[in-house]
Amino acid sequence: MSTVLDLLTIVFVSVGVFFFVAGTVGLLRFPDTLTRLHALTKADNLGLGLIVIGLLPRVDSPQDALKLILVWALVLVASSNSSQLIARKVRREES
Amino acid sequence: MNTDLIFCMGLALLILGVAVFVVGSREPFPAVVGFVIFGLLVSIAWMCLSAPDVALTEAAIGGGVTGALLLVATARLGDSSKKGQKTKTPMGFHGLVILLCVAVSAGLIAVVLTFPEPAPTLALVALEPLESTGVKNPVTAVLLAYRALDTLLETVVVLLAMAGVWSLAKDSDWSKTPLFGYSPEPGGPLVLLAKVLIPVGVIFGIYMVWTGSDHPGGKFQGAAILAAMGILGLVAGVTSVPAVTNAKLRWLLVLGPAVFLVVGLMGFLSVGYFLAWPPGLSKAVIVLIEVALTPSLALMLGLLVAGPPRQLPTSNS
Repeated sequence: MSTVLDLLTIVFVSVGVFFFVAGTVGLLRFPDTLTRLHALTKADNLGLGLIVIGLLPRVDSPQDALKLILVWALVLVASSNSSQLIARKVRREES
Repeated sequence: MNTDLIFCMGLALLILGVAVFVVGSREPFPAVVGFVIFGLLVSIAWMCLSAPDVALTEAAIGGGVTGALLLVATARLGDSSKKGQKTKTPMGFHGLVILLCVAVSAGLIAVVLTFPEPAPTLALVALEPLESTGVKNPVTAVLLAYRALDTLLETVVVLLAMAGVWSLAKDSDWSKTPLFGYSPEPGGPLVLLAKVLIPVGVIFGIYMVWTGSDHPGGKFQGAAILAAMGILGLVAGVTSVPAVTNAKLRWLLVLGPAVFLVVGLMGFLSVGYFLAWPPGLSKAVIVLIEVALTPSLALMLGLLVAGPPRQLPTSNS
């Protein structure tokens, strides 16, 4: 059982890290602000979400699991809002 | 252990890199963003050093409130710095700064390298009378029992700083409310963020104060979170600040320091010293002071960021 859980953690955290790396590469390489935002959201939403899923089997209590999920939810709320704000500013400056 | 070391080394390099970026950046805005990231990284470093209370304070006050303060300052400086007025630095000024920085760094290196083994610590002295204070978090015991005078003065200093900010207002603006100097966009994403995040943040801020007597946390961190929620409400346009002449606002501001002072003076009657808590009641007294200080500190920190009362310039929209 524990091997299965360990494997789950390894797979999910690795894929999560891949999304973080991909998001960072996109942030550095993409040509303009909107595409960079697009790359960043992959790191926040998918990367962090996958890492949280990967860490869930390793927590000591249900409260800790809830805290991890709450952290992810708060990051989602914050990052989606800041992306919106940045994108709006870009559009306003372009028009 | 080894992975810990690699993590900490990476963190230290990252902190150094961000610090160099902040000092080296020519524009104020990226520098402030870098400063906030610096604060968050330093708070992770404090976690690595098993100092969660310091980490929370660094994240809330160092990165959060100070970052917001600097951002607002940057926004206000924005116009004047674009006019291209080059300030001439006096001859040899940069050299002097570099020399002082090198001296400070050399002093710090010397101190770290000549540390006695084992390092001197007051941790045991702080833990010994912990039982008598009734609180379980030794940091809270230091802040509100052993060294309560420092904390009292600290809160008064924040109040004075806020009075200093208010004193920058023009006479004609005195009856106005503190303003960031921009009008919020109605129905924008910030309104949604404010509606979703403020309830969560307020509960979390109160929890942070409440848990502070037994676990890492406390009034300053909790108040900083509450202040952040207030600032978010202001930026989103869903809350407003009353005018600085408002009596209720002023009472709330002095409530915390006043309760602290009165309870401290009562120490003369019960034990015979200023800021001495009666035996057996110390936890109740500490919680009372924390609860009274929280709204005052939250308002002070929020109003520090909001700035002096002023009227929005009507010319630019």
